[in-house]
Amino acid sequence: MGQNAGGKGGVTGSHGDAPLFEARGISKSFGDVAANKNISLKVHSGEILALLGENGAGKSTFVKMTDGVLRPDSGAFFWNGKQITIKSPAAAKRIGIGMIFQHFSSFEALTVLENLALALPQRSLRAIRRDVAEVSERYGLSINPKRRVERLSAGEKQRVEIVRALLQKPKLLILDEPTSVLTPQEADGLFATLDSLAADGMAMIYISHRLNEIKELCDSATILRHGEVVGSCDPRSTSVPEIAEMMIGKTADPIDRAGAYVGGPRLVVDNLSVPAKEGVSLKKISFSARRGEIMGIAGIAGEGQDTLFAALSGERRTPKAKSIKIDDQPIGAMGPTSRRRKGIAFAPEQRLGHAAIADFSLSDNLRLTRHAMREFSNRKRRAQSLKIREDYDVRSSANDPKAGTLSGGNLQKFVIGRELDRQPDVFIVAQPTWGVDAGAASSIRNKLLSVAERGGTVVVISQDLDEIFQIADRVAVLHRGELSLTHLVDDMTPDKIGMLMSGEDINSVSKDAIAQNFTRKRATRITETQEETSPAETRITDEQVKDPTQREAPASVVQTPQPAISPVITSSSMTSSITPPPSKPASQPSQKSTPARRIFVSGNVSTPWTAPEIIQKGTVL
Amino acid sequence: MISLEKRLAPSTSASILSPIIAITLTIICGLLMIQAAGKSPSEAFDVYFLFPFNDINTYLKTAPEDRGGLLYQPAEVLVKAIPLALIGIGLAIAFRAGLFNIGAPGQYILGAIFAGGVALHVPEDLSRFIVLPLCLIAGALGGLLWALIPAFLRVRTGANEILTSLMLTYVAALLLDWIVRGPWKDPAGFGFPQTPDFPESAIMPIMLEGTRLHWGLALVLIIFAVLWFILSRTVTGFRFTVTGLAPKAAHFAGFNQRGTVYLVFLISGALAGLAGAIEATSTIGQLQPEISAEYGFAAIIVAFLGRLHPVGILLAAVVLAITYIGGENAQISLGLPKNATLVFQGMLLLFLLACDALIHYRLRWRTRRRA
Repeated sequence: MGQNAGGKGGVTGSHGDAPLFEARGISKSFGDVAANKNISLKVHSGEILALLGENGAGKSTFVKMTDGVLRPDSGAFFWNGKQITIKSPAAAKRIGIGMIFQHFSSFEALTVLENLALALPQRSLRAIRRDVAEVSERYGLSINPKRRVERLSAGEKQRVEIVRALLQKPKLLILDEPTSVLTPQEADGLFATLDSLAADGMAMIYISHRLNEIKELCDSATILRHGEVVGSCDPRSTSVPEIAEMMIGKTADPIDRAGAYVGGPRLVVDNLSVPAKEGVSLKKISFSARRGEIMGIAGIAGEGQDTLFAALSGERRTPKAKSIKIDDQPIGAMGPTSRRRKGIAFAPEQRLGHAAIADFSLSDNLRLTRHAMREFSNRKRRAQSLKIREDYDVRSSANDPKAGTLSGGNLQKFVIGRELDRQPDVFIVAQPTWGVDAGAASSIRNKLLSVAERGGTVVVISQDLDEIFQIADRVAVLHRGELSLTHLVDDMTPDKIGMLMSGEDINSVSKDAIAQNFTRKRATRITETQEETSPAETRITDEQVKDPTQREAPASVVQTPQPAISPVITSSSMTSSITPPPSKPASQPSQKSTPARRIFVSGNVSTPWTAPEIIQKGTVL
Repeated sequence: MISLEKRLAPSTSASILSPIIAITLTIICGLLMIQAAGKSPSEAFDVYFLFPFNDINTYLKTAPEDRGGLLYQPAEVLVKAIPLALIGIGLAIAFRAGLFNIGAPGQYILGAIFAGGVALHVPEDLSRFIVLPLCLIAGALGGLLWALIPAFLRVRTGANEILTSLMLTYVAALLLDWIVRGPWKDPAGFGFPQTPDFPESAIMPIMLEGTRLHWGLALVLIIFAVLWFILSRTVTGFRFTVTGLAPKAAHFAGFNQRGTVYLVFLISGALAGLAGAIEATSTIGQLQPEISAEYGFAAIIVAFLGRLHPVGILLAAVVLAITYIGGENAQISLGLPKNATLVFQGMLLLFLLACDALIHYRLRWRTRRRA
């Protein structure tokens, strides 16, 4: 049927002008709320159109209509110039529209292959398996067709969605945030795929909040705000701030990383091994997070992030209490409530069903994590949740709305606000901006930065590399339940992190660069902080820094900074990577757009973590 | 082809209306059933629903000194409602927490056995103010211990609590049977399977002269007030609801799952045991093989009909009590079989669940598409 429609279009229409797919004056209301108002857009074969908009701008409603889940109140869709009615998702597939939804639509109890077979009832399992292998290989989407979907990580589930859509050989592919769980290399691979699909004549509507991606990939962009098309542009010639401004109607909050104190270690994870009940087991994880910094844990989906978060939050007790310490006190045996009382706050990845309960009002959801600290009366709780909604810009028309009625971005702002409102010393957050629009994401990131600025410690477990580069000071990468060494973010490039994400050792290639960079930074710091140097501080000179005995100084590669335990965990790779090499002319690759502007200066260099921390006000480079 | 589609926002008023719709539908279908059985529906309606309350009018018109006994029928409704309400609220707590304790009849029986054990073995001359509370506490303890078994199995081995608690019901029934035929059998009972009558000190005093209404009612009201407070105002009540709605979020909130399982089974078991103890020390006054343990199943209907809410459960217990009393009356005056009561209760639960399903889902008729 899809072929027929395409064929006719080819015969009757002048192929150059008629778009493959066109929406004319689409409107859709739910009760009094107009979700889409008079939306018109066109996609030609071989074109990648970006559909941009904040959460609640009406993208999902529009996409559901193109998939036949919803029907427009007015307006019409055209396929090769011919009006079509999309009655159901099955009809959309027959026409040739393939969907990759943000939310997964696989049957948990079935295997990957069975799920794919459900979408392709006319094909044999064997043929599908062959196609899966081919598509996986070609597009770098590795999945094991025999595994049950419930055992897959979020990232793997998304790959299933992508493969399923590709197997149906659509003419128009609609992708909703498809790269959120991919490594940069995988994302590049996907972009290459999408480019080659476009070259083969596939039309695509690409929804993403990552404006950089859209600039890289898309030929044109249509921007929605409050259910209406507010503009379109050529993303290649329009700047990111300009696009963002069109999206949210004002300039997005710039991420401000100025001035921070960085002190001694606060949260120390030492040789943490946790067998997984489901998912990936943690193997000998060690890292530390210090006062005034954001520690990033990168990694693609399903590499043990869930287990790590559970171990940090106390949902999983660790086999050894000493594996996790806060201010030198072992907390591994404590449950979430006791840990909260120690001043740690947590925000998990999954918003509904984990961080919050859909059927509960926000004030009741407040109680979920606050009962540990203090019980409020219902009235006070409502006042408190109202305050959080104001402080964190949680938008909803209702007085005390149920969590399930908020958009993803607004709910996430509430979940983050709920925890930050009580001024935690340590904040552990997984995927803080997953599926959140650009405006909400930058506001959340700024809130995280402000925690670090007032001397708090933030651990961000994120699959979003842009995010890590934007806000983290140091980063370690999780791969199959093991954590890489910790690196200064300034020393990393997406490529290097990508290599760590796929389990490769970057030390061999980057050793020189890291050490070089380290030397350079140290020198800069001294010159910049000389005036403010306190008596207790030891001057750091290039000579000292180059001395191999100064291993435990806060170098580019920082292992768990506990003198008592560091010999145990010292590995050969670590030693090699932090031993500064002979000076070479610095050849710094340009690494990323926003350089870190924080500076840490520690007191006594030879035993930096036992001496009282001397915290130096950071200076903007 | 009909399919169910989840509603975006289930209406709150509909969820309160649902029991009323279910009751109305039950009455309509019940009367149709009675007509099909060849009896007069209007007469049946009268017997079922009005007869228990006929006397209230007479009572109000009668001079205070002649009123004795006129409230017998309405009081009977309350007498039946007492165990139903107690068990019902315990089950509601379990259901709120997503734990399906179906073994209330067994816990009720153990409560009766424990209470009987105290009543039959205390010295005769002990005061009622000591013996009766001891019986009730022992009863609650009995139900609690019996409920611990499925809780333990669930926590330790992951055994499904529906099956284990249900199966333990039959064990409890056989245990009672053995006790009244064996160790505690009344030597002067002419061989009947029953224990001796409990001493006067172990009998619940009557609250309203001329009826069987006893002070258990006051106890129930106090317990309900306490439970209402716990459920709506304390972290413990919050914990149950959170566990039932989203176990993962409960875990994240720091509510220990195992602790919740134990706590819920302890509370619901103790309440069912208390109901058994009250029943044994009030209307029955001894142990016998048949002590109306089926209240434990009827209380499931009470819990859902009452929307798992204390106030709703009190009302629902009265509704279910009316079906019992009405059923007895219909048996006498209309010659309807006793099982008609069970049919009514079954219909009530069925309609209630159907109404609830339609609150949360909407029906959608799809035309079957030919390939």
